[in-house]
Amino acid sequence: MSDEVAIHASGLTRTFGAFTAVDHISFDVGAGEVFGFLGANGAGKTTAIRMLTGLLAPSAGEATVAGHDVYRETEAIKRDIGYMSQRFSLYDDLTVRENIRLYGGIYDLTDATIRERTQRILSRLGLQHVENTLVHAIPLGWKQKLALSVALLHEPRIVFLDEPTSGVDPITRRQFWELIYEASHGGTTVLVTTHYMDEAEYCDRVSIMVAGRIAAIGTPAELERTHGVESIDELFVQLARNDPNARGAAGGGGAAA
Amino acid sequence: MSAPGSGSGAARRGGIRRFIRRTLVLAHAEVLHVTRDRATLLQIIVMPLVQLLILSNVATFAIQRSPVYVVDDDRTSTSRGLVSRLGASGLFDVVGRSSSPDSANEAMLRGRITLALTISHDFEADLVRTGQAPVALDVNTEKGAAAGVVQSYATQIIGAYAREIAAGMHPVPALALRDALPADEPPPIRGFGRVDVRFQDWYNPTLNYKHFMVPGILVALVTMIGTLLTAQNIAREKEMGTLEQLNVTPITKAEFITAKLLPFWVLALIDLVLGLIVGRLVFGIPMRGSVVLLLAAAAIYLVVALAIGLWISTTVDTQQQAMFVTFFVMMVYLLMSGLFTPIASMPHWVQLLSELNPVRHFVTIARAILVKGAGLREIAAPMLILTVYGIVVLLLAIRQYRKRTA
Repeated sequence: MSDEVAIHASGLTRTFGAFTAVDHISFDVGAGEVFGFLGANGAGKTTAIRMLTGLLAPSAGEATVAGHDVYRETEAIKRDIGYMSQRFSLYDDLTVRENIRLYGGIYDLTDATIRERTQRILSRLGLQHVENTLVHAIPLGWKQKLALSVALLHEPRIVFLDEPTSGVDPITRRQFWELIYEASHGGTTVLVTTHYMDEAEYCDRVSIMVAGRIAAIGTPAELERTHGVESIDELFVQLARNDPNARGAAGGGGAAA
Repeated sequence: MSAPGSGSGAARRGGIRRFIRRTLVLAHAEVLHVTRDRATLLQIIVMPLVQLLILSNVATFAIQRSPVYVVDDDRTSTSRGLVSRLGASGLFDVVGRSSSPDSANEAMLRGRITLALTISHDFEADLVRTGQAPVALDVNTEKGAAAGVVQSYATQIIGAYAREIAAGMHPVPALALRDALPADEPPPIRGFGRVDVRFQDWYNPTLNYKHFMVPGILVALVTMIGTLLTAQNIAREKEMGTLEQLNVTPITKAEFITAKLLPFWVLALIDLVLGLIVGRLVFGIPMRGSVVLLLAAAAIYLVVALAIGLWISTTVDTQQQAMFVTFFVMMVYLLMSGLFTPIASMPHWVQLLSELNPVRHFVTIARAILVKGAGLREIAAPMLILTVYGIVVLLLAIRQYRKRTA
């Protein structure tokens, strides 16, 4: 970890009409960190990522990504980041190789670089035998790993992974985290969202989002110690239950704070 | 970027190279999508040709063997001569005759006939004695334009017959037409047949409506396919979520729109060329002007049509919305194009409005080049309009495309 800040957010807020999806979140992610964004579905993780990647305009607050402002310098941000959406979004009717080629071209990699990285990805993922297969015909786990590799293709400074492991089997999840670590060791900052609390242990630091707010932030060990819990999972349930604004998670509403 | 002198020149060259490469890479992917989707490909290539073959036969204003009912109370050789002239023209088919006007009325009411010809009892006698005799034409005007054609053809045939009889008679007789429509017609003008108006049909001497309609229908079909494909394209990527992945890359809006336009532009040009070949081989449409000039005009026109499609696609969220908007635009396009109804007979403000219709300009150009053999000078005005239009719509589509949700 270095002292350099890759992502900085301060009071970042997004509202949709009367609904506040992300409510004044503030955090810093250091360069090279693996930062986990934990939270239930609808806690605001994806909305936060969409603001940081320049896909969604914030309603209030400030943020910089790789030193670029999220209001004015979204196109500069896009040169420095990789993004893997929650929804598989490579082209189903292109082959594995053609998808890599397309994004390599869009990120201005030379033909030689694209060829070399394609080989590297195919052999790393063991996908040589399906390189000319249309993507819709390969299993979900392979697709997800391919999507991650494409997000990292141009060797971005920061990569945003939105629930990359949802819907894949435990073995693939394991392999997925190996890929994330490889990227991290290569110097890429990783911001990853998940609702699998066990994956928190793989992160350098985590933030737990509840109802659009950051309810806790720190290293997994720190959080467990300060909150006196056995696991992040336990902490998550506790936070969700205690939050008066929690949607659905608290089950009943309880006493007003 | 802001480096002075040669530095900025190099940056610009680099920028152009990058623009071309990104555009081609994305356009190539688009070509793969289209060519892998066999059903769509078939729709794009085969459907318009089939439609062209069928619709070109449908869209005609010419009449052929139009059913006519004859009420001949005279039953003389002169009256029979008149009836046989109508039948012999090939334009009319005498489907019934009787001496009762009631059965003619009934046939008209049932829509079985377009014209009823009534020849009164003293037709021949009047003609010999006074030199003029009225006949009545009752035209079924349910279908406005067609009725006009029927009436004008019938009048011409009767006029010709009158001149024929006149040639052998002194003084000149007049076969006066007591046209049923409008009812308060001025009294028949004596001496009908003395003024001999002769028509010379320029450009389309055989008055073949197909020569006129085929290029128009082809333009309509290519426009429809091109606009629909582009209108649905970006909307489809929004639905599938692939657009978000592109939006998070540094691709520029201009690169994106150009890459989306290019494959469909080529495809639409191919469609147009195939359609012209079919039009030439099957319908024998004339090609008096330069085909190269026509394709150049088509190249400009298609930018307009497809950019409008892309513009629609950037504004809607789903393919279904794209379809609705496209069909709405298409109706306006076709009905205000001069394809089915002459623009010159529309109200003035509609004529002005139709200047906004790119189809109108290209139909004008296509007909002028193919049928009249017009050169660049003759089509310069609509060409200029289309060029300006193309640039404006393309810029609007680029501007409208959002990489970031507000």
